[in-house]
Amino acid sequence: MFKLKNWKEVPIGGAVDLPGSAMENKTGSWRVNKPVWNSEKCIHCLRCWVFCPDMSIMTADGKVTGINYDYCKGCGICAKECPEKVKAITMATE
Amino acid sequence: MAKIAATTGNSAIAYAMKQINPDVCAAYPITPSTQVMEDFSTFVADGLVNTNLVTVESEHSAMSACIGAAAAGGRVMTATSANGMALMWEMLYIAAGMRLPITLALVNRALSAPINIHCDHSDSFGARDTGWIQLYSENAQEAYDNMFQAVRIGEHMDVRLPVMVMQDGFIISHSIDRIEYLEDEEVQKFIGPFVPQYALLDYDNPVTLGSLDLQDYYIEHKRQQAEAMKHVPQVVLDVARDFERLTGRSYGFFESYRLEDAEIGIVIVNSAAGTAKDIIDQYRQKGIRAGLLKPRLFRPFPATEIAQALGHLKAVTVMDRLDSFGAQAGPLAMEIRSALYDLKQRPVVLSKIYGLGGRDFEEQHCQYVLDELVQVAKTGTYQNLCEYITHRD
Repeated sequence: MFKLKNWKEVPIGGAVDLPGSAMENKTGSWRVNKPVWNSEKCIHCLRCWVFCPDMSIMTADGKVTGINYDYCKGCGICAKECPEKVKAITMATE
Repeated sequence: MAKIAATTGNSAIAYAMKQINPDVCAAYPITPSTQVMEDFSTFVADGLVNTNLVTVESEHSAMSACIGAAAAGGRVMTATSANGMALMWEMLYIAAGMRLPITLALVNRALSAPINIHCDHSDSFGARDTGWIQLYSENAQEAYDNMFQAVRIGEHMDVRLPVMVMQDGFIISHSIDRIEYLEDEEVQKFIGPFVPQYALLDYDNPVTLGSLDLQDYYIEHKRQQAEAMKHVPQVVLDVARDFERLTGRSYGFFESYRLEDAEIGIVIVNSAAGTAKDIIDQYRQKGIRAGLLKPRLFRPFPATEIAQALGHLKAVTVMDRLDSFGAQAGPLAMEIRSALYDLKQRPVVLSKIYGLGGRDFEEQHCQYVLDELVQVAKTGTYQNLCEYITHRD
Protein backbone atom coordinates (compact mmCIF):
# COMPACT_ATOMS: atom_id res chain seq x y z
CA MET A 1 0.00 0.00 0.00
CA PHE A 2 1.33 3.46 -0.87
CA LYS A 3 1.72 6.15 1.82
CA LEU A 4 -1.33 8.37 2.36
CA LYS A 5 -0.59 12.10 2.17
CA ASN A 6 -1.58 14.48 4.99
CA TRP A 7 -3.84 17.52 4.49
CA LYS A 8 -0.93 19.86 3.84
CA GLU A 9 0.56 17.62 1.13
CA VAL A 10 -2.50 16.74 -0.92
CA PRO A 11 -3.51 19.11 -3.79
CA ILE A 12 -6.49 21.35 -2.94
CA GLY A 13 -10.06 20.66 -3.99
CA GLY A 14 -9.46 16.99 -4.74
CA ALA A 15 -7.39 17.81 -7.83
CA VAL A 16 -5.27 14.99 -9.20
CA ASP A 17 -2.36 16.95 -10.62
CA LEU A 18 -0.11 14.10 -11.72
CA PRO A 19 -1.16 12.09 -14.80
CA GLY A 20 -0.99 8.34 -14.32
CA SER A 21 -1.33 8.63 -10.55
CA ALA A 22 -3.16 5.27 -10.52
CA MET A 23 0.35 3.79 -10.81
CA GLU A 24 0.78 4.74 -7.13
CA ASN A 25 -2.56 3.31 -6.08
CA LYS A 26 -2.49 -0.49 -6.19
CA THR A 27 -6.24 -1.05 -6.36
CA GLY A 28 -5.76 -4.83 -6.43
CA SER A 29 -5.92 -4.65 -2.65
CA TRP A 30 -9.73 -4.41 -2.98
CA ARG A 31 -9.83 -8.02 -4.31
CA VAL A 32 -11.60 -10.84 -2.47
CA ASN A 33 -11.41 -13.59 -5.12
CA LYS A 34 -8.53 -13.88 -7.55
CA PRO A 35 -8.30 -15.41 -11.03
CA VAL A 36 -5.71 -18.15 -11.41
CA TRP A 37 -4.33 -18.61 -14.94
CA ASN A 38 -3.11 -22.01 -16.19
CA SER A 39 -0.52 -21.43 -18.95
CA GLU A 40 -0.70 -25.05 -20.14
CA LYS A 41 -4.45 -24.96 -20.80
CA CYS A 42 -4.50 -21.44 -22.33
CA ILE A 43 -5.19 -21.27 -26.09
CA HIS A 44 -4.43 -17.50 -26.21
CA CYS A 45 -7.79 -16.55 -27.71
CA LEU A 46 -7.47 -13.25 -25.71
CA ARG A 47 -11.16 -13.18 -24.77
CA CYS A 48 -10.04 -12.44 -21.17
CA TRP A 49 -7.86 -9.53 -22.43
CA VAL A 50 -10.79 -8.09 -24.40
CA PHE A 51 -13.26 -8.29 -21.52
CA CYS A 52 -11.04 -7.35 -18.55
CA PRO A 53 -12.34 -3.91 -17.34
CA ASP A 54 -9.04 -3.15 -15.58
CA MET A 55 -6.47 -4.07 -18.28
CA SER A 56 -5.09 -6.61 -15.84
CA ILE A 57 -4.46 -9.42 -18.36
CA MET A 58 -0.80 -9.13 -19.25
CA THR A 59 0.23 -10.02 -22.81
CA ALA A 60 3.34 -10.17 -24.98
CA ASP A 61 3.51 -10.86 -28.71
CA GLY A 62 -0.22 -11.58 -28.87
CA LYS A 63 -0.09 -14.14 -26.07
CA VAL A 64 -1.30 -14.08 -22.47
CA THR A 65 1.64 -13.96 -20.03
CA GLY A 66 -0.21 -13.68 -16.72
CA ILE A 67 -2.47 -11.55 -14.51
CA ASN A 68 -1.49 -8.22 -12.97
CA TYR A 69 -2.56 -8.65 -9.34
CA ASP A 70 -1.60 -5.04 -8.51
CA TYR A 71 -4.74 -3.89 -10.34
CA CYS A 72 -6.98 -6.98 -10.80
CA LYS A 73 -10.00 -6.52 -8.52
CA GLY A 74 -11.18 -10.09 -8.88
CA CYS A 75 -14.42 -9.41 -10.74
CA GLY A 76 -14.24 -12.87 -12.39
CA ILE A 77 -15.19 -11.71 -15.90
CA CYS A 78 -12.03 -13.36 -17.35
CA ALA A 79 -12.91 -16.70 -15.78
CA LYS A 80 -16.49 -16.40 -17.07
CA GLU A 81 -15.37 -15.51 -20.60
CA CYS A 82 -12.67 -18.20 -20.82
CA PRO A 83 -14.17 -20.79 -23.27
CA GLU A 84 -16.04 -23.69 -21.67
CA LYS A 85 -13.75 -26.29 -23.27
CA VAL A 86 -10.58 -24.48 -22.14
CA LYS A 87 -11.14 -23.19 -18.62
CA ALA A 88 -7.62 -21.83 -18.31
CA ILE A 89 -8.79 -19.24 -15.75
CA THR A 90 -10.52 -20.27 -12.53
CA MET A 91 -11.40 -18.19 -9.46
CA ALA A 92 -9.85 -18.90 -6.09
CA THR A 93 -10.18 -17.13 -2.72
CA GLU A 94 -7.31 -14.82 -1.77
CA MET B 1 -12.60 60.74 -12.18
CA ALA B 2 -15.43 58.66 -10.77
CA LYS B 3 -18.74 58.79 -12.59
CA ILE B 4 -21.70 59.45 -10.29
CA ALA B 5 -25.04 58.02 -11.36
CA ALA B 6 -28.51 57.20 -10.07
CA THR B 7 -29.26 53.54 -10.53
CA THR B 8 -30.73 50.41 -8.96
CA GLY B 9 -28.81 47.86 -6.92
CA ASN B 10 -29.27 45.30 -9.70
CA SER B 11 -27.95 47.65 -12.39
CA ALA B 12 -25.00 48.53 -10.19
CA ILE B 13 -24.13 44.83 -9.90
CA ALA B 14 -24.54 44.31 -13.66
CA TYR B 15 -22.27 47.30 -14.29
CA ALA B 16 -19.68 45.87 -11.90
CA MET B 17 -19.82 42.60 -13.86
CA LYS B 18 -19.37 44.52 -17.12
CA GLN B 19 -16.28 46.19 -15.71
CA ILE B 20 -14.93 42.89 -14.38
CA ASN B 21 -15.57 41.32 -17.82
CA PRO B 22 -15.64 37.67 -16.67
CA ASP B 23 -14.87 34.80 -19.05
CA VAL B 24 -18.17 33.02 -18.43
CA CYS B 25 -21.56 33.84 -16.89
CA ALA B 26 -24.19 31.14 -16.61
CA ALA B 27 -27.52 32.19 -15.17
CA TYR B 28 -31.23 31.54 -15.00
CA PRO B 29 -33.56 34.46 -14.25
CA ILE B 30 -35.41 34.76 -10.95
CA THR B 31 -37.02 37.75 -9.27
CA PRO B 32 -35.62 40.00 -7.82
CA SER B 33 -32.18 39.33 -9.33
CA THR B 34 -33.42 39.02 -12.94
CA GLN B 35 -32.35 42.52 -13.91
CA VAL B 36 -28.71 41.73 -13.12
CA MET B 37 -28.46 39.23 -15.96
CA GLU B 38 -30.94 41.17 -18.12
CA ASP B 39 -28.64 44.22 -18.07
CA PHE B 40 -25.57 42.05 -18.40
CA SER B 41 -26.94 40.19 -21.41
CA THR B 42 -27.36 43.60 -23.09
CA PHE B 43 -23.67 44.27 -22.51
CA VAL B 44 -22.89 40.88 -24.06
CA ALA B 45 -25.18 41.53 -27.07
CA ASP B 46 -23.61 44.97 -27.58
CA GLY B 47 -20.13 43.49 -27.56
CA LEU B 48 -19.07 45.51 -24.50
CA VAL B 49 -17.73 42.41 -22.75
CA ASN B 50 -15.94 39.28 -23.94
CA THR B 51 -18.04 37.05 -21.71
CA ASN B 52 -19.50 33.77 -22.89
CA LEU B 53 -23.07 34.03 -21.53
CA VAL B 54 -24.57 30.58 -21.05
CA THR B 55 -28.36 30.59 -20.80
CA VAL B 56 -29.32 27.42 -18.98
CA GLU B 57 -32.53 25.63 -18.04
CA SER B 58 -32.32 25.98 -14.24
CA GLU B 59 -30.24 27.38 -11.42
CA HIS B 60 -28.83 23.92 -10.76
CA SER B 61 -27.52 24.00 -14.31
CA ALA B 62 -26.36 27.61 -13.90
CA MET B 63 -24.11 26.76 -10.99
CA SER B 64 -23.05 23.50 -12.69
CA ALA B 65 -21.98 25.46 -15.78
CA CYS B 66 -20.16 27.97 -13.58
CA ILE B 67 -18.29 25.11 -11.90
CA GLY B 68 -17.36 23.60 -15.26
CA ALA B 69 -16.18 26.94 -16.62
CA ALA B 70 -14.20 27.71 -13.47
CA ALA B 71 -12.62 24.24 -13.55
CA ALA B 72 -11.71 24.88 -17.19
CA GLY B 73 -9.76 27.90 -15.98
CA GLY B 74 -12.11 30.88 -16.36
CA ARG B 75 -13.19 33.80 -14.19
CA VAL B 76 -16.87 33.06 -13.62
CA MET B 77 -19.93 34.84 -12.20
CA THR B 78 -23.65 34.38 -11.78
CA ALA B 79 -26.63 35.91 -10.00
CA THR B 80 -29.69 34.47 -8.30
CA SER B 81 -32.22 34.75 -5.47
CA ALA B 82 -34.12 32.60 -2.99
CA ASN B 83 -35.59 29.45 -4.59
CA GLY B 84 -33.07 29.78 -7.41
CA MET B 85 -30.30 29.53 -4.88
CA ALA B 86 -32.08 26.67 -3.16
CA LEU B 87 -32.00 24.81 -6.48
CA MET B 88 -28.25 25.45 -6.67
CA TRP B 89 -27.80 23.93 -3.23
CA GLU B 90 -25.95 20.77 -4.21
CA MET B 91 -23.67 22.70 -6.54
CA LEU B 92 -22.84 25.40 -3.96
CA TYR B 93 -21.06 22.78 -1.87
CA ILE B 94 -19.31 21.41 -4.95
CA ALA B 95 -18.04 24.87 -6.01
CA ALA B 96 -16.55 25.38 -2.54
CA GLY B 97 -15.25 21.82 -2.22
CA MET B 98 -13.51 22.05 -5.58
CA ARG B 99 -12.02 25.37 -4.43
CA LEU B 100 -13.31 27.36 -7.40
CA PRO B 101 -13.42 31.13 -6.83
CA ILE B 102 -16.80 31.82 -8.45
CA THR B 103 -18.57 35.11 -7.62
CA LEU B 104 -22.33 34.96 -6.99
CA ALA B 105 -24.44 38.12 -6.76
CA LEU B 106 -27.26 37.11 -4.46
CA VAL B 107 -30.28 39.35 -4.21
CA ASN B 108 -31.87 38.33 -0.93
CA ARG B 109 -35.44 37.05 -1.15
CA ALA B 110 -37.69 34.91 1.06
CA LEU B 111 -37.95 31.19 0.42
CA SER B 112 -41.34 29.65 -0.35
CA ALA B 113 -43.91 28.59 0.91
CA PRO B 114 -46.02 30.66 0.93
CA ILE B 115 -44.55 31.99 -2.27
CA ASN B 116 -43.11 35.46 -1.79
CA ILE B 117 -40.76 37.52 -3.93
CA HIS B 118 -39.68 40.08 -1.35
CA CYS B 119 -36.69 40.45 0.89
CA ASP B 120 -35.53 38.33 3.74
CA HIS B 121 -32.29 36.50 4.39
CA SER B 122 -33.44 32.89 4.54
CA ASP B 123 -31.60 32.16 1.26
CA SER B 124 -28.10 33.36 2.13
CA PHE B 125 -28.13 32.53 5.85
CA GLY B 126 -29.34 29.07 4.98
CA ALA B 127 -26.24 28.74 2.81
CA ARG B 128 -23.88 29.61 5.64
CA ASP B 129 -22.47 26.06 5.84
CA THR B 130 -21.84 25.63 2.10
CA GLY B 131 -18.23 26.80 2.32
CA TRP B 132 -18.83 30.09 0.49
CA ILE B 133 -17.46 33.40 1.73
CA GLN B 134 -20.35 35.79 2.46
CA LEU B 135 -20.25 39.58 2.08
CA TYR B 136 -23.35 41.62 2.98
CA SER B 137 -24.17 45.06 1.58
CA GLU B 138 -26.37 47.80 3.02
CA ASN B 139 -26.91 49.67 -0.24
CA ALA B 140 -26.13 49.64 -3.96
CA GLN B 141 -22.74 51.28 -3.48
CA GLU B 142 -21.65 48.61 -1.01
CA ALA B 143 -22.94 45.84 -3.27
CA TYR B 144 -21.05 47.35 -6.23
CA ASP B 145 -17.86 47.76 -4.19
CA ASN B 146 -18.16 44.27 -2.70
CA MET B 147 -18.24 42.67 -6.16
CA PHE B 148 -14.68 43.79 -6.98
CA GLN B 149 -13.42 42.88 -3.54
CA ALA B 150 -15.15 39.50 -3.77
CA VAL B 151 -13.15 38.70 -6.91
CA ARG B 152 -9.86 39.58 -5.21
CA ILE B 153 -10.73 37.73 -1.98
CA GLY B 154 -11.96 34.53 -3.60
CA GLU B 155 -9.12 34.36 -6.13
CA HIS B 156 -6.36 34.95 -3.56
CA MET B 157 -4.02 31.96 -3.70
CA ASP B 158 -4.30 31.43 0.08
CA VAL B 159 -8.10 31.32 -0.23
CA ARG B 160 -9.43 29.93 -3.56
CA LEU B 161 -13.07 29.85 -2.46
CA PRO B 162 -16.32 31.07 -4.00
CA VAL B 163 -17.83 34.31 -2.71
CA MET B 164 -21.44 35.45 -2.54
CA VAL B 165 -22.29 39.15 -2.37
CA MET B 166 -25.67 39.97 -0.85
CA GLN B 167 -28.05 42.89 -1.23
CA ASP B 168 -31.69 43.17 -0.18
CA GLY B 169 -34.25 42.24 -2.81
CA PHE B 170 -36.42 45.16 -4.03
CA ILE B 171 -35.39 47.42 -1.11
CA ILE B 172 -31.96 47.80 -2.73
CA SER B 173 -32.14 45.79 -5.95
CA HIS B 174 -35.03 47.84 -7.40
CA SER B 175 -34.57 51.21 -5.67
CA ILE B 176 -32.72 54.08 -7.29
CA ASP B 177 -29.65 55.01 -5.32
CA ARG B 178 -26.69 57.34 -5.79
CA ILE B 179 -23.66 55.41 -6.89
CA GLU B 180 -20.05 56.25 -7.68
CA TYR B 181 -18.71 54.09 -10.48
CA LEU B 182 -15.06 53.30 -10.90
CA GLU B 183 -13.36 53.63 -14.27
CA ASP B 184 -13.03 50.39 -16.24
CA GLU B 185 -9.21 50.62 -16.19
CA GLU B 186 -9.23 51.11 -12.42
CA VAL B 187 -11.35 47.97 -12.01
CA GLN B 188 -9.08 45.90 -14.25
CA LYS B 189 -5.99 47.15 -12.42
CA PHE B 190 -7.61 46.42 -9.05
CA ILE B 191 -8.77 42.87 -9.82
CA GLY B 192 -5.82 41.88 -12.06
CA PRO B 193 -5.84 38.92 -14.45
CA PHE B 194 -7.36 35.62 -13.33
CA VAL B 195 -4.75 32.96 -12.64
CA PRO B 196 -6.29 29.51 -12.31
CA GLN B 197 -4.59 27.11 -9.93
CA TYR B 198 -5.64 24.08 -11.95
CA ALA B 199 -7.24 24.47 -15.37
CA LEU B 200 -8.71 21.68 -17.47
CA LEU B 201 -7.87 23.68 -20.61
CA ASP B 202 -4.19 23.89 -19.66
CA TYR B 203 -3.10 21.01 -21.92
CA ASP B 204 0.53 21.24 -20.80
CA ASN B 205 -0.44 20.47 -17.20
CA PRO B 206 -3.21 17.88 -17.33
CA VAL B 207 -5.30 17.44 -14.17
CA THR B 208 -8.30 15.49 -13.01
CA LEU B 209 -10.87 17.58 -11.11
CA GLY B 210 -13.93 16.40 -9.22
CA SER B 211 -12.69 12.91 -8.51
CA LEU B 212 -13.75 10.55 -5.73
CA ASP B 213 -12.56 10.88 -2.13
CA LEU B 214 -13.50 8.15 0.31
CA GLN B 215 -12.60 7.54 3.93
CA ASP B 216 -8.94 7.92 2.99
CA TYR B 217 -8.95 11.56 1.78
CA TYR B 218 -12.28 13.38 2.21
CA ILE B 219 -11.49 14.76 5.66
CA GLU B 220 -8.03 15.93 4.51
CA HIS B 221 -9.69 18.05 1.82
CA LYS B 222 -12.25 19.41 4.30
CA ARG B 223 -9.40 20.27 6.68
CA GLN B 224 -7.83 22.25 3.81
CA GLN B 225 -11.13 24.04 3.19
CA ALA B 226 -11.30 25.02 6.87
CA GLU B 227 -7.73 26.33 6.64
CA ALA B 228 -8.58 28.37 3.53
CA MET B 229 -11.44 30.01 5.48
CA LYS B 230 -8.93 30.91 8.22
CA HIS B 231 -6.89 32.83 5.66
CA VAL B 232 -9.89 34.88 4.54
CA PRO B 233 -10.02 37.58 7.28
CA GLN B 234 -6.50 38.87 6.59
CA VAL B 235 -7.16 38.84 2.85
CA VAL B 236 -10.44 40.75 3.40
CA LEU B 237 -8.54 43.46 5.30
CA ASP B 238 -5.70 43.63 2.75
CA VAL B 239 -8.13 43.90 -0.16
CA ALA B 240 -10.21 46.51 1.72
CA ARG B 241 -7.06 48.58 2.30
CA ASP B 242 -6.25 48.55 -1.42
CA PHE B 243 -9.86 49.41 -2.21
CA GLU B 244 -9.82 52.35 0.20
CA ARG B 245 -6.66 53.66 -1.46
CA LEU B 246 -8.46 53.55 -4.78
CA THR B 247 -11.86 54.92 -3.75
CA GLY B 248 -11.59 56.44 -0.28
CA ARG B 249 -14.40 54.10 0.81
CA SER B 250 -13.46 51.98 3.80
CA TYR B 251 -14.54 48.39 4.47
CA GLY B 252 -13.76 45.77 7.09
CA PHE B 253 -15.39 42.82 8.82
CA PHE B 254 -18.30 45.00 9.95
CA GLU B 255 -19.32 48.61 10.33
CA SER B 256 -19.34 50.05 13.85
CA TYR B 257 -21.77 52.90 14.29
CA ARG B 258 -21.53 54.97 17.50
CA LEU B 259 -20.51 51.83 19.42
CA GLU B 260 -17.39 53.13 21.20
CA ASP B 261 -19.18 54.75 24.16
CA ALA B 262 -22.47 52.88 23.79
CA GLU B 263 -24.30 50.96 26.53
CA ILE B 264 -26.84 49.27 24.29
CA GLY B 265 -26.53 48.10 20.71
CA ILE B 266 -28.26 46.59 17.72
CA VAL B 267 -26.65 44.09 15.35
CA ILE B 268 -28.31 44.08 11.94
CA VAL B 269 -27.21 43.24 8.38
CA ASN B 270 -28.04 44.82 5.01
CA SER B 271 -30.53 47.59 4.25
CA ALA B 272 -32.38 47.74 7.59
CA ALA B 273 -29.13 48.98 9.17
CA GLY B 274 -29.80 52.32 7.45
CA THR B 275 -33.13 52.74 9.23
CA ALA B 276 -31.63 51.61 12.53
CA LYS B 277 -28.81 54.18 12.32
CA ASP B 278 -31.35 57.00 11.95
CA ILE B 279 -33.26 55.86 15.02
CA ILE B 280 -30.03 55.45 16.98
CA ASP B 281 -29.26 59.09 16.16
CA GLN B 282 -32.66 60.08 17.60
CA TYR B 283 -31.95 58.16 20.81
CA ARG B 284 -28.48 59.68 21.06
CA GLN B 285 -30.12 63.12 20.97
CA LYS B 286 -32.22 62.02 23.95
CA GLY B 287 -29.00 61.11 25.78
CA ILE B 288 -29.35 57.34 25.34
CA ARG B 289 -26.03 55.77 24.45
CA ALA B 290 -27.02 53.44 21.66
CA GLY B 291 -24.86 52.03 18.86
CA LEU B 292 -24.99 49.60 15.97
CA LEU B 293 -22.88 46.86 14.47
CA LYS B 294 -23.53 45.93 10.86
CA PRO B 295 -21.77 42.68 9.86
CA ARG B 296 -20.28 42.65 6.37
CA LEU B 297 -18.32 39.39 6.54
CA PHE B 298 -20.53 36.60 7.93
CA ARG B 299 -18.55 33.63 6.57
CA PRO B 300 -15.96 33.29 7.86
CA PHE B 301 -17.37 34.75 11.08
CA PRO B 302 -15.02 37.30 12.71
CA ALA B 303 -15.97 36.23 16.25
CA THR B 304 -13.00 37.73 18.13
CA GLU B 305 -13.36 41.15 16.54
CA ILE B 306 -17.12 41.19 17.07
CA ALA B 307 -16.64 40.23 20.72
CA GLN B 308 -14.18 43.13 21.07
CA ALA B 309 -16.63 45.55 19.48
CA LEU B 310 -19.64 44.48 21.58
CA GLY B 311 -18.06 43.26 24.83
CA HIS B 312 -18.38 46.56 26.70
CA LEU B 313 -22.12 46.90 26.10
CA LYS B 314 -24.75 46.10 28.72
CA ALA B 315 -27.31 44.73 26.30
CA VAL B 316 -27.43 43.89 22.60
CA THR B 317 -30.30 42.88 20.34
CA VAL B 318 -29.37 40.88 17.25
CA MET B 319 -31.83 41.22 14.38
CA ASP B 320 -32.34 38.24 12.09
CA ARG B 321 -34.35 38.62 8.88
CA LEU B 322 -35.03 34.89 8.87
CA ASP B 323 -35.97 32.17 11.32
CA SER B 324 -34.09 28.97 12.02
CA PHE B 325 -37.30 27.25 12.98
CA GLY B 326 -37.10 25.53 16.33
CA ALA B 327 -33.71 27.00 17.24
CA GLN B 328 -33.11 28.99 20.42
CA ALA B 329 -32.75 32.21 18.46
CA GLY B 330 -31.98 33.60 15.01
CA PRO B 331 -28.76 32.28 13.42
CA LEU B 332 -26.90 35.60 13.65
CA ALA B 333 -28.01 36.00 17.28
CA MET B 334 -26.70 32.56 18.19
CA GLU B 335 -23.33 33.26 16.57
CA ILE B 336 -23.03 36.58 18.41
CA ARG B 337 -24.02 35.01 21.76
CA SER B 338 -21.42 32.31 21.19
CA ALA B 339 -18.75 34.88 20.24
CA LEU B 340 -19.31 36.70 23.54
CA TYR B 341 -19.38 33.58 25.73
CA ASP B 342 -15.68 33.60 26.70
CA LEU B 343 -15.69 37.22 27.87
CA LYS B 344 -15.53 37.68 31.64
CA GLN B 345 -18.17 40.39 31.43
CA ARG B 346 -20.57 40.17 28.57
CA PRO B 347 -23.74 41.92 27.51
CA VAL B 348 -27.20 40.37 27.63
CA VAL B 349 -27.91 39.22 24.06
CA LEU B 350 -31.46 39.15 22.74
CA SER B 351 -32.76 37.95 19.39
CA LYS B 352 -35.49 39.40 17.19
CA ILE B 353 -36.93 37.85 14.06
CA TYR B 354 -38.14 40.69 11.82
CA GLY B 355 -39.14 41.67 8.32
CA LEU B 356 -39.78 38.22 6.85
CA GLY B 357 -41.07 38.19 3.28
CA GLY B 358 -40.28 41.87 2.80
CA ARG B 359 -42.29 43.23 5.76
CA ASP B 360 -40.97 46.76 6.33
CA PHE B 361 -38.69 47.47 9.25
CA GLU B 362 -40.03 50.81 10.41
CA GLU B 363 -39.13 53.49 12.90
CA GLN B 364 -41.51 52.15 15.55
CA HIS B 365 -40.00 48.66 15.36
CA CYS B 366 -36.51 49.98 15.99
CA GLN B 367 -37.82 52.17 18.80
CA TYR B 368 -39.44 49.11 20.41
CA VAL B 369 -36.10 47.27 20.26
CA LEU B 370 -34.16 50.20 21.73
CA ASP B 371 -36.74 50.88 24.48
CA GLU B 372 -36.52 47.24 25.54
CA LEU B 373 -32.71 47.41 25.51
CA VAL B 374 -32.77 50.47 27.81
CA GLN B 375 -34.83 48.46 30.34
CA VAL B 376 -32.69 45.32 29.98
CA ALA B 377 -29.51 47.37 30.48
CA LYS B 378 -31.00 48.78 33.72
CA THR B 379 -32.29 45.54 35.19
CA GLY B 380 -30.10 42.88 33.57
CA THR B 381 -33.20 40.74 33.04
CA TYR B 382 -35.44 40.10 30.05
CA GLN B 383 -38.75 38.49 29.15
CA ASN B 384 -37.98 36.58 25.94
CA LEU B 385 -34.64 35.53 24.50
CA CYS B 386 -36.12 35.38 21.00
CA GLU B 387 -39.19 37.20 19.77
CA TYR B 388 -40.90 37.92 16.46
CA ILE B 389 -41.48 41.60 15.71
CA THR B 390 -42.93 43.53 12.75
CA HIS B 391 -45.86 41.07 12.48
CA ARG B 392 -49.47 41.62 13.60
CA ASP B 393 -50.23 40.21 17.04
